[in-house]
Amino acid sequence: MTRELWKGNEAIAEAAIRAGLEGYFGYPITPQTETLEWMSRRMPELGRIFLQAESEPAAINMVYGAACTGARVMTSSSSPGISLMMEGLSYIAGTEVPVVLVDVMRGGPGLGNIAPSQGDYNQICHGGGHGDYHPIVLAPASVQEAVDLVPLAFDLAEKYLNIACVLLDGSIGQMMEPVELPEMRPVVRKEYAWATTGAKDRSRHVLTSIYLEVGLEEEVNLRLLKRWEAIKANEVRFKEYYLDDAEIAVIGFGTAGRVALSAVRAARAQGIKVGLFRPISVSPYPYQQVAALAERVKSLLVVEMNTGQMLEDVRLAVSRRIPIEFYGRLGGVVPFPDEILGEIQRIAKQPPSLEGHPAQRWLERMTAPQR
Amino acid sequence: MKGKAMINIISPKNLVYSRPKAFTDTPTHYCPGCTHGTAHRLIAEVLDEMNIADKTIGVAPVGCAVFAYNYIDTDFVEAAHGRAPAMATGIKRLLPDRVVFAYQGDGDLASIGMAETVHAAARGENITVIFINNTNYGMTGGQMAPTTLPGQKTTTSPNGRDVELQGYPIRVAEMLATLEGVGYVVRRSLHDPKNIRLAKKAIRTAFEVQVRGLGFSMVELLSTCSTNWGLTPVESLKWLEEHMLPYYPLGDYKIAPSVAAVKI
Repeated sequence: MTRELWKGNEAIAEAAIRAGLEGYFGYPITPQTETLEWMSRRMPELGRIFLQAESEPAAINMVYGAACTGARVMTSSSSPGISLMMEGLSYIAGTEVPVVLVDVMRGGPGLGNIAPSQGDYNQICHGGGHGDYHPIVLAPASVQEAVDLVPLAFDLAEKYLNIACVLLDGSIGQMMEPVELPEMRPVVRKEYAWATTGAKDRSRHVLTSIYLEVGLEEEVNLRLLKRWEAIKANEVRFKEYYLDDAEIAVIGFGTAGRVALSAVRAARAQGIKVGLFRPISVSPYPYQQVAALAERVKSLLVVEMNTGQMLEDVRLAVSRRIPIEFYGRLGGVVPFPDEILGEIQRIAKQPPSLEGHPAQRWLERMTAPQR
Repeated sequence: MKGKAMINIISPKNLVYSRPKAFTDTPTHYCPGCTHGTAHRLIAEVLDEMNIADKTIGVAPVGCAVFAYNYIDTDFVEAAHGRAPAMATGIKRLLPDRVVFAYQGDGDLASIGMAETVHAAARGENITVIFINNTNYGMTGGQMAPTTLPGQKTTTSPNGRDVELQGYPIRVAEMLATLEGVGYVVRRSLHDPKNIRLAKKAIRTAFEVQVRGLGFSMVELLSTCSTNWGLTPVESLKWLEEHMLPYYPLGDYKIAPSVAAVKI
């Protein structure tokens, strides 16, 4: 296969199509609209289903209905649109049908802006919709990685009858990079024992998320949790860079992790023993791996494009074994490698404290009067 | 036991009325005097007559009919409140040769799900919607709905709906009839046997419209809610006739030319 120059949002759409996507339902929102546009042209020309919905709630509920037929289906949106989809996502989780969601995150809260952000981490990974459920969330750091994770998201969603989300920020959605797209896979409509396709020559199928009998609802919750335990055991993904002899480990996902890698390389050139741990599955989170990392290095630096949402997962994994520092940029600001390099240099010079909260220290530094 | 004994004494040649095949043998959870059961049965009869139950997927609403799938014996999905037309759209687009219908009440369809309703109709989505209008939110205990009549008392309009404060009820059939994508939109009532027969005919037509791919079809059914209206079943039927029919006139609001040409 040759490498071609592709825009992130379009490459994601094409990767989904080549993974055998049968139906796409979406609504325009910057910075993910190119996915919708690409689908609007490509899906009909392949004889597949594309529909622009009247709203994000409609889009996710169309996807919900389409998923009930057993077809490979997805939607995509950006932060405010994802908020609107949360109701549908909870129903999808409660009905146990496979759906893929792409969230191209932008600055928030509220209407925020259309610049890259990682502010949806908690909403996507730790809830959002009501009730007890856990989506699988994969966070690419490049267009190529996004292209590679989209087909995986479908496979995981269908394997576990779970929501699988590809979580990226606006910069990956908007940037063009050389990528190798996968081969076109044939569309395969799987024969699920639950799909609502009309009860011809079989007993009927009912897909629902209502269980008025509390015992039954508890059973459903236990089943979902058991499935999540299997996902946690089998589907943790991450990448390590320069960690073999590292004394400082930077942890960042997606674009923040990618920028941090440049900073790590620059610091290495200056002789600082620093490496990068980049979670790819941010849900299930690589808690064990981060805990093991804390045994190998002396301090951690968590870098995010939010106020420290993943930081709390790192703290959960590390406890108070080693000091953690945090560096975040907000509101659509992408950190420069130099900023992160500065943090690495500061930590190398003066190991941070075990006391206090890393995000509080960061906030004090961020808001200190400029000299 | 008693029921079985009674069935046994009916010889097949004398049998004029029985449970439709597409109707499960389950006592409904509906209140005495409620017309949901009648509407369910009419749908089941139509599915039988058209022989389409095994290619039909129902979409249940949030409301009293949330468990419609316990009674209508086809594949079923249960939608979020108001989202049935969107869910039905997703199913129909992926399975265009199946029959997909949504069954919705007035709070579901005309309040929280109005956007989904209007846009499914505007797209000419090839689905059938059975719309139960009983002027209140039944399941949650009789709150004001978009269809509650002016002056009508509900638990959230205890002094009667004041149109100055709470606006006017929505005539959904009339509104949807303005949309190009609609093939068939009519209003019928379930308050007496004659009207029930007319309602069934309309439901049959609505499904035929879908099977022929002639666009969005909806049958609005004026229905009773004895419990929340605080009336006996018989009083409820009378109340419907006296109060609902003047505001919600029965009639054919849109029959597209392609539908008019169909002989059923």
